Amino acid sequence: MTMKASSRQVDGVTIVDLSGRITLGEGSVVLRDTVKDLSTQGNKKILLNLGDVTYIDSSGIGELVSAFTSVRNAGGDLKLLNLTKKVHDLLQITKLYTVFDILDDEATAVGSFNR
Amino acid sequence: MNATRVSYTLESTLASVNKAEQAAAEVAAKSCFDPDDCGRIAMAVREATVNAILHGNRYDPSKRVTVSFESTAEALTVAVRDEGAGLDPTTLPNPLAPENLLKQSGRGIFLIQTFMDEIHFRNLSPGNEITMIKFIRAPGRSGKQGG
Repeated sequence: MTMKASSRQVDGVTIVDLSGRITLGEGSVVLRDTVKDLSTQGNKKILLNLGDVTYIDSSGIGELVSAFTSVRNAGGDLKLLNLTKKVHDLLQITKLYTVFDILDDEATAVGSFNR
Repeated sequence: MNATRVSYTLESTLASVNKAEQAAAEVAAKSCFDPDDCGRIAMAVREATVNAILHGNRYDPSKRVTVSFESTAEALTVAVRDEGAGLDPTTLPNPLAPENLLKQSGRGIFLIQTFMDEIHFRNLSPGNEITMIKFIRAPGRSGKQGG
């Protein structure tokens, strides 16, 4: 299954709904290009909804980290929403659970950017 | 001891990574691992194959990657072999170290170590082979779980 990404705006926050596999190759490129385009357009509050992400490998994890650091370096913030158990476990194993702001409710997540 | 062996010779392309992952999931399921362990084994094989193609063979179309499975009543052993320059596993940085936490790469072998029970490296001069072993556990016995 290829990865798909679509974005929408909610109260000044750009929510990116991702689905499929974030792996080396196409999936990682879609994520990279999507976040890069949003940053270029001046979006500084980015929420990645991973609820429909079925699989992520080490390259996909690396792409999440890269997206996080690039948005932060541009003065913005990037948070994660709706992790599946598999992705949650991977971020815990790799200690990235302590790096990302991870939320499981969209309204709460959106509000957290505006506090 | 009865053993079932199967081996794949793959081109150094991204498509081969998916083939190896899928083969691993199928072999693991036939070896009676539970679905969670099947997923862990498939991911370990995927990561090893990515390393072989990306870092070992560097996508060189003249070089192949061999993925071999040996299944017994006790364990599944998977060997992934490339034709690259070789690897010194002692030089691999710890991806959990604070200074490496935000690096984009360097987590593949760590995940393999986490998901499998044993891993071994062998320098083939030229080439590298990583052998990964996952033991089949009796129901009710806990073991190394990982993600």
